[in-house]
Amino acid sequence: MLLFPVAERNSIFVGRPLMTAKLTICEAGKCYGDFDAVLDCSFDVEANTIVSIVGPSGCGKTTLLWSMSGLHALTTGEIRLDGEPITAPHPDIGLVFQEANLLPWRNLIDNIRFPFEIKHTKPDMEWIDHLMDRVGLKGFETRFPRQLSGGMQQRAAIVRALSLRPQVLLMDEPFGALDAFTREEMNRLVEEIWLETRPAIVFITHSIEEALFLSDRVIVMSQRPGKVQSDYEVPFARPRTQEIMSSRAVFDLTNLIKADIYGVMTHQSKAAE
Amino acid sequence: MGTYRSVSGNPVGPQVGLLKATAFAAGTGSRSLAEVGVIILTAIIVIGSLELALIWFEVPQYVLPTPSAVGKALIKEFPLIAPHLGYTLIELSCGFAIGASVGLFLAAVITQFPFAEKIIAPYILILVTTPMLALVPLLILRFGFGFEPRIIAVALASGPMVMINAATGFRRTDLDKIALARSYGATTLQIFWKIRAPMALPMILVGLMIGAIFGLLTAVGAEMVGGGFGLGNRLTTYSSMINMPEFFAVIVILSTMGVLIYMFFFWVGKRWASWET
Repeated sequence: MLLFPVAERNSIFVGRPLMTAKLTICEAGKCYGDFDAVLDCSFDVEANTIVSIVGPSGCGKTTLLWSMSGLHALTTGEIRLDGEPITAPHPDIGLVFQEANLLPWRNLIDNIRFPFEIKHTKPDMEWIDHLMDRVGLKGFETRFPRQLSGGMQQRAAIVRALSLRPQVLLMDEPFGALDAFTREEMNRLVEEIWLETRPAIVFITHSIEEALFLSDRVIVMSQRPGKVQSDYEVPFARPRTQEIMSSRAVFDLTNLIKADIYGVMTHQSKAAE
Repeated sequence: MGTYRSVSGNPVGPQVGLLKATAFAAGTGSRSLAEVGVIILTAIIVIGSLELALIWFEVPQYVLPTPSAVGKALIKEFPLIAPHLGYTLIELSCGFAIGASVGLFLAAVITQFPFAEKIIAPYILILVTTPMLALVPLLILRFGFGFEPRIIAVALASGPMVMINAATGFRRTDLDKIALARSYGATTLQIFWKIRAPMALPMILVGLMIGAIFGLLTAVGAEMVGGGFGLGNRLTTYSSMINMPEFFAVIVILSTMGVLIYMFFFWVGKRWASWET
């Protein structure tokens, strides 16, 4: 882990706040009618860490993430950002959707300015320019979403989320719709950006590989009701090179997580019988 | 997560008119010179052969005048027709302005309240399907032979058309996009102006186009029913006097108006709503 303050590495960070906030999920539960989607989930997302949530589909990952964003109210329990309960969308929490979710009638830069328009604040153009450059979208500012590939659209969505400098970035299977190569490229990009800007990230994914590449911790959720099944530290050095990712330790951890998920699934199907 | 699934996609619900919102999809740029040449040449051939055929078969003028006779009548009679064109335009623009604003307003409001929509929808459907021309004699009884009955008829004909299409547009809002706006703390009003309205714009423009064209039809029809002015009145006058070239000259003016209305909204759509493909 990088321990020195990022601000010393790049002048763009001078005068901009550091990422220090911690997200606490405390006995979170969400039910729809008499159906428990999420039950009694508790874990912390420390500042400057990436936590991935994996699990079979329908395990309530997205429900939990939307609750963290303040868009969905929890039925029980609480989500706190540095002790402050989250009940409505919070300016320090950014959300990246499954699809890029750009507004098709706005060009890229107007899409990125959109949050500032809603908040009636002046966009930090220097910071936005820096981000656009970082994700390789410089020069595409006036293009419309339909003129860009899926990967480029999702990059723009990431810039939009980061433009507000959120302390916590919630990513809901952001690369699920992309092809494998683009996906790897995007993973590397997220790592790069994270190493530079260091928000806490909660990352939902179906791909264990992706989770291990990005995360400091991987949380496995069980199905119906969604509970925290297991919680793994991912202690590998960063940046995570091809060498690290193909090492024995990663392989073992992958198998451990797989056994957890499939174990959960066979357990479920046995219960159903 | 069930509440926030995207519902974008094909618009559901009533939709009047041949044109879908995709009519404005960004398409070809400027036409090439050759294409323009072919288009003009085709027009010349069509009109020229009509002229020759009418002369060749000795079709009497009171059945179908030749294009050249119509052209001559158009030039000669235009100063006399022009004021009537003005009256029709006044009726159309006033009636359309009233009908379209009421229609847009109602569409925006009722789509926010599904229950209200269910209550109002049948009446709107009746207004859309009933020819407003049928009401003109009644309106004349009440309001006389002036502008009022015609303006009311135009408003009644165009308003529901605008409303029903705009409502389709407002209804198909993508919930992910609303969630996006909400995640930045957008108010209901901001969501309306920044998400719902732009999303509905292509359908609104289709509604305005159809509404304006229905308004034109109704204005001319109302003028034919009663009152001593307007292009519709010219049509009845010229046909009763068997002045067929003049009659067709008025028809040409009316078609031109219709085409211009279409072209205007098409241009607006291309300029402001071409993001939808």
